[in-house]
Amino acid sequence: MGGVSLTPQEGEHVSALDLARWQFGITTVYHFLFVPITLGTSFLVAIMQTMWVRTGNDAWLRLTKFFGKLFLINFAMGVVTGIVQEFQFGMNWSEYSRFVGDIFGAPLAVEALLAFFLESTFLGMWIFGWDRLPKKVHLASIWLASIGTTLSAYFILAANAFMQHPVGFHVNPVTQRAEMDDFIQVLTQNTAVIAYLHTMTSAFLVSGTLVAAVSAFLVMRNNDNAVLGKTLRMGAVVALVAGLGVAITGDIDSKIMVNQQPMKMAAAEAEYETERGADFSLLTIGTLDGEETTFELKIPKLLSFLATGDFNGEVKGINDLEQEYTAKYASTGLKGSDFSPTIPVAYWTFRLMIGLGFLAILWALWMLWATRGGRTPKGKFAYKSAMWITLAPLLGLSSGWMFTELGRQPWIVFGQMTTASAVSPTVTSFDVIVSMVIFTVLYGVLAVIEVGLLLKTIKQGLPAANDVKVVEGNQPLTFAY
Amino acid sequence: MSYELLQQIWFVLIAVLWIGYFVLEGFDFGVGILLRTLGTNEAERRTLLTTLGPLWDGNEVWVLTAGGATFAAFPEWYATLFSGFYLPLMLILVALILRGVAFEYRSKHGDPVWRKRWDLAIIVGSFLPALLWGVAFGNIVRGVEFAEKSATGGFLYAGGLLPLLNPFGLLAGLVTLTLFMTHGAIFVSLKTDGDLRYRARDLAVKIGLVAAVLAVVFLLWAQLAYSDKVWTWAPVLLAAVCWLAALYMVRAGREGWAFVLSALTLALAVVALFGMLFPNVMPSLDRSLGGLTIYNASSTETTLKIMSLVALVMVPIVLVYQSWTYWVFRKRLTAAQIPSPEAGILDGVH
Repeated sequence: MGGVSLTPQEGEHVSALDLARWQFGITTVYHFLFVPITLGTSFLVAIMQTMWVRTGNDAWLRLTKFFGKLFLINFAMGVVTGIVQEFQFGMNWSEYSRFVGDIFGAPLAVEALLAFFLESTFLGMWIFGWDRLPKKVHLASIWLASIGTTLSAYFILAANAFMQHPVGFHVNPVTQRAEMDDFIQVLTQNTAVIAYLHTMTSAFLVSGTLVAAVSAFLVMRNNDNAVLGKTLRMGAVVALVAGLGVAITGDIDSKIMVNQQPMKMAAAEAEYETERGADFSLLTIGTLDGEETTFELKIPKLLSFLATGDFNGEVKGINDLEQEYTAKYASTGLKGSDFSPTIPVAYWTFRLMIGLGFLAILWALWMLWATRGGRTPKGKFAYKSAMWITLAPLLGLSSGWMFTELGRQPWIVFGQMTTASAVSPTVTSFDVIVSMVIFTVLYGVLAVIEVGLLLKTIKQGLPAANDVKVVEGNQPLTFAY
Repeated sequence: MSYELLQQIWFVLIAVLWIGYFVLEGFDFGVGILLRTLGTNEAERRTLLTTLGPLWDGNEVWVLTAGGATFAAFPEWYATLFSGFYLPLMLILVALILRGVAFEYRSKHGDPVWRKRWDLAIIVGSFLPALLWGVAFGNIVRGVEFAEKSATGGFLYAGGLLPLLNPFGLLAGLVTLTLFMTHGAIFVSLKTDGDLRYRARDLAVKIGLVAAVLAVVFLLWAQLAYSDKVWTWAPVLLAAVCWLAALYMVRAGREGWAFVLSALTLALAVVALFGMLFPNVMPSLDRSLGGLTIYNASSTETTLKIMSLVALVMVPIVLVYQSWTYWVFRKRLTAAQIPSPEAGILDGVH
């Protein structure tokens, strides 16, 4: 395998690289706070509206309008921060774009054509079409927008899967560019399929928790579960089922990862030595440098089982992998510990991902119990938990992505191109500082405004039955910007 | 189909995507810039924004598609252009973020300060891209000075921001700015009624005449200095004719025709510029030094074939359903239809 490596020649480029990595991290993690909520909540709102159209029960219409408002406040942020994503590969990672453009550009273009047009056009129809469209056409528009969001997720995750496990290509020895052999393989490789399933189930875990938490908060505040009790249970069931899906797909994903990126798994466990029957580390107090550990809580042989499906299976350690990679990827000029990611980051993000995900599942389970037979959840703790719980699966999902991307380092395309050689050679540290400061300040301000609007919308609560009546061809408009 | 033909088809398709983008988001930039010029009170401003409401996001997808398609079909172009024009592109992105959020959040509160701030975001957020896309395209047609090649043989533009601010580039920016403002005013005259409609008509003619002068100077300059083709005279002259016809029609109160003609003008201007460029996509300022062309910047034949298949199926479908939304929201809006314009959805919530 040939690797392209560009050793930075000037000191300036080294810091421009670090800055570009920070900027990509900030803009992408931020963008992906809104995306999972969009992916799951769009479908949940579509289901609520379907219930209204099928049953004629106005309670579902009020719920659709209420959660629709929350969904749209979030969706706007997802859309505008997504624009940056389409261009920043070229802006900050031009050498990467040159190297993978023949393969990576295609799913991005298809995503725009197939998914972005669908979601944005039909969402526009949905927002402004309440009194302009026949009921069923209007219902179809939220479903089409939802399908658009999930299609978009598939194509971008297939593109990301190519970075984790490049397939269906060869490197042209003359141009040093990756060239497409098999697009179907790029789109359907197991890395892409499992990443999609794991991300979608996670998105439903986040969204189910969000809907249940908002409902629970209002149910407890107003001591009235007549309407919001429906979505409290609906959200909790979705979170529970999706949580189960997250666990199953996560397990399959980790086995694929051990096979394709063994270093990432070793880093997740801070597993320095290759061993059979490896223990799964729950928590460690210490430096995670493989030397001294003050305290470690372990489950015997579980790591081997998770990684290989056999309690005595062999799990490769960081030290052996570093040696192996030094020989295998000599052309990159990297050696030894250059080939491992930052171990404490990989170790802790992996644990946060799992821990926070489980927390959400437990909460959903508790809410189902607390609402059995038409009961209302009670107590200060339940009330507080409803206010905060959504952050758990959301930050868990963020941690999972930080683990996936930071755990792949030093590679931008595993085994093919290092991140250091992918950065734009002409973009100076000054340029990146300017853009990073502007994006960060802007994103910070918008986050405060967005959260403020969400909280106010939640506090405002369900719209009254009279306020949501849909009259076709209505004048004045039921909704205006 | 030969590889060369595929590369040419993709050059044409990228031009088509930019036509779609300029024709569609062109008018919503224009309406955004004129938000407080045409909208003299809250009811009028909200009428203006509501005419854009169901459409702006779909319009914006055209530029995402143009970006994605350039990445897929001409990765070297995508890499050189966007890393080279780094700061102006960043400004465009910031502007697009601001205006997108502003559309969605503005009417949540009735507080005049809140609304004024979002109006500023919409005006600046529409003004900057309307100007900067022109500057970018002007400089592409003019050519740039490349530094040495990258480690993997890519063309590198290392000039930064200042060399882009040359007279030709700046003129191009003023041309897109004034064209979009006029196009937006024509859209308002087509989509609203009453006083707003008539003021939009008058303003369209006024800005349109300024745009006419700027555009004619720009296109003649481009044709004489940067075109090696005779046939590009045709779209240049046709664009001028269409533009004057558009202004005549809007004055005569035929807003539908005026809008079609101003859209046609934008399309012809893009055709002229891409025609002058062909087969270059990013030439050197000194043409003898070469530069990026559709032949050295493109993807492989395999990728172009796959993408052609996708485009062949998807573009017509997209056009059908997007046109349908324009049909659904075809009716004129009046300020009287905006329910309690000064009130915000979240007023009174603490």
